[in-house]
Amino acid sequence: MTETKGILLAGVGGQGILRASDILCSVFMAAGLDVKKSEVHGMAQRGGCVTSHVRYGEKVNSPLAKKNDIDILVSFEQMDTLRYLDYVKESGTVIMNTEKIFPPAVNLGEALYPSNVLETVRRHFVKVVSIDAATLALRAGNIRTVNTVFLGAISSCLNLPLELWEKVLQESFPSKLISANMEAFCSGRGAK
Amino acid sequence: MSGNEAIARGAFECGARFAAGYPGTPSTEIMETFANYPGVYAEWSPNEKVAMEVGIGAALAGAKAMVVMKHVGVNVAADPLFTASYTGTNGALVVITADDPSLHSSQNEQDNRHYARFMKIPMLEPADSQEAKAFIKLAFDLSEHFDTPVFLRTTTRVSHSKSVVALDEPRITEDRTAIRFNAEKFVMVPMNARKRRIAVEDRMRDLRAFAETFPENRMELNSPDVGIITAGISYHYAKDVFPEFSYLKLGMVYPLPAEMIRTFAARVRKIYVIEELDPFLEEQIRALGIEVTGKAIFPYTGEFDPGIVEQAITGSRKAARSLPEIPIPPRPPNLCPGCPHRGLFYVLGKLKIFVTGDIGCYTLSFMKPLEGMHSCICMGASIGMAHGMSKALGEKGRGKIVGVIGDSTFLHSGITPLLNMAYNRSDAVIVICDNRTTAMTGMQEHPATGFTLQGERTLGVDLVALVKTLGIESVRIVDPYDLQAVRIAIKEELARPGPSVVVSRHACALFKREKVASRKSFRIDPKKCIGCRLCLGLGCPPIAWTAVENESDSRTKETEGNGSRDGVAVIDQNRCVGCGLCEQVCKSGAIAEEEG
Repeated sequence: MTETKGILLAGVGGQGILRASDILCSVFMAAGLDVKKSEVHGMAQRGGCVTSHVRYGEKVNSPLAKKNDIDILVSFEQMDTLRYLDYVKESGTVIMNTEKIFPPAVNLGEALYPSNVLETVRRHFVKVVSIDAATLALRAGNIRTVNTVFLGAISSCLNLPLELWEKVLQESFPSKLISANMEAFCSGRGAK
Repeated sequence: MSGNEAIARGAFECGARFAAGYPGTPSTEIMETFANYPGVYAEWSPNEKVAMEVGIGAALAGAKAMVVMKHVGVNVAADPLFTASYTGTNGALVVITADDPSLHSSQNEQDNRHYARFMKIPMLEPADSQEAKAFIKLAFDLSEHFDTPVFLRTTTRVSHSKSVVALDEPRITEDRTAIRFNAEKFVMVPMNARKRRIAVEDRMRDLRAFAETFPENRMELNSPDVGIITAGISYHYAKDVFPEFSYLKLGMVYPLPAEMIRTFAARVRKIYVIEELDPFLEEQIRALGIEVTGKAIFPYTGEFDPGIVEQAITGSRKAARSLPEIPIPPRPPNLCPGCPHRGLFYVLGKLKIFVTGDIGCYTLSFMKPLEGMHSCICMGASIGMAHGMSKALGEKGRGKIVGVIGDSTFLHSGITPLLNMAYNRSDAVIVICDNRTTAMTGMQEHPATGFTLQGERTLGVDLVALVKTLGIESVRIVDPYDLQAVRIAIKEELARPGPSVVVSRHACALFKREKVASRKSFRIDPKKCIGCRLCLGLGCPPIAWTAVENESDSRTKETEGNGSRDGVAVIDQNRCVGCGLCEQVCKSGAIAEEEG
């Protein structure tokens, strides 16, 4: 592998996006690859947009990807998928959550939450995975494993050995949370 | 490892054991990481000027000292540093300035490279985490060798990006601290300072010569057609899209290696200077008589990315695909569920008053629906501005001016302006939003929390006693979870002549140390909700609006005489933390604690 590839994780502050991208980086490092990631935190990001770029390959220069150059977009919120579509390569994969989190303008009745988001994304991209991550996380026993569900979904798009993921996940959580996270990971990995 | 973690690691590896700073995005994690290394002294000072003076003192005592702040912090710390450039250091002094192009979390995007030139202090700029770790060591070496403070500048994308870093063994440190007297060098009265002024110019001459051989100023000669002169993160953006070009990558952005730049210019046909923000390199290179292209094609504002660099140089973007043009509502950051600021600003926004604001999470309350703040300039400005407005308006402003400032911000730079208010008597009311921590940057300690950066218990200043000592006679405490109490306190204090202070005290909702027993979440009874949207006026994230599509359905039929509603509010139980503000706002008694 010589080409640098990019994954963009996006969603709403407080959803565990930065944690997920940290774990993702550990997986690439464990696979012996160079990896860089970039995000912005501070300024009460809770409730605001959060993105994390992860780029990996033999030698990575920029931690930020340019538009039209992301291989996998992972959107933790339904409509926010649309916000970052222009980053995704035509052949790229879009993994998106079915969950809707209304921004203030929608709650105040000043804007409408976009409808038919999934259909719109499907019109432009062939590889689209839509996941009800909250349900899968609850089924795994912990609503806070939403981000691990998405790691599972990402894993099924990457050609890395499953044992590598399992090893890194086990190292990433305190022992009492491992089983719920492993289950969340598996359900995300199986999601179509 | 992030750039910030790498700086802390590099400082520790090279034997620095002393650091002072004030939290500020994107610099905060440097101090937090450094503080955890064994055998170090690290402190949060009340503000950056104090941190700088602490660092200067430590360096004078022979220590290797690091002082850490964000870009605007250097404004606060500028006064001592300008003159520390004259005195030099007995030990070593490295100042970290973390700049924030694109203003991800700042009130401006000033380019702090200008400070290096202005203060006649050398500046290094790393491009990633590995360099960040290496450059902090080089900065300490430079400081020791040239007897000068040294800047290490990062930008948000270096501070907060993570990349692979190879660790080295920490150097065994030897204690070089001692009391050394040298009044001519350290007492900056005119007769001494004039001599040091000359020493500074001599030092600059030596540093310019050093820059020519500094290994981190390096040429990568490839294509003779195009050469790029750049520094910091822009280097990686350019390498990503133009690996075939020649590069002059500057690790030291001040002073510049003039001869090396001339040599590079002679090897390539066309030169681009790629730098975020101001044409700092470009103007100096042009002054050497070298023709370059820079801000003619690159933006002055905002941070770059590989796409921006590519587009500027090639002049065009790859034909963009046609993507859906669906309007996407913006998603600005918001106060958290249960944020104690919400109650205060809900009340302030409803009063017909001008609220001078300050720097903190609460600044977000200027937005809809709270709209409880009307100005924000810099740390501490709220108090001086409230006083100035009150004085200028005279009678017209009586009972109409409130200044709002956080607890950490008050201790950072609110004490002197409050002293001024007490001394020069104005009628404004100052509200200290005391959430018991420095919340915006992630729960850092400050002089009123009772703990130090390294976790030791210490004196926590009593804000009420402090305010009284400054000469404010009327001081009271309210809990912002109690809207009526806040309303009464603000109105009574506004009616009172002379300055007064209200301490709005409730710990940050995310602050674990002061977390009280968890509360039950609230729910809205859809039968009782009349769809008036009053609760939505709180802008609380878990409260959402749901349209009622069919008013004739059985649920709404049971509604007691409110057939005109077009929707109801609902609370997301998973996110509600039970602050109870919505229950106080609801006039139809539809909101209550979850049972059981």
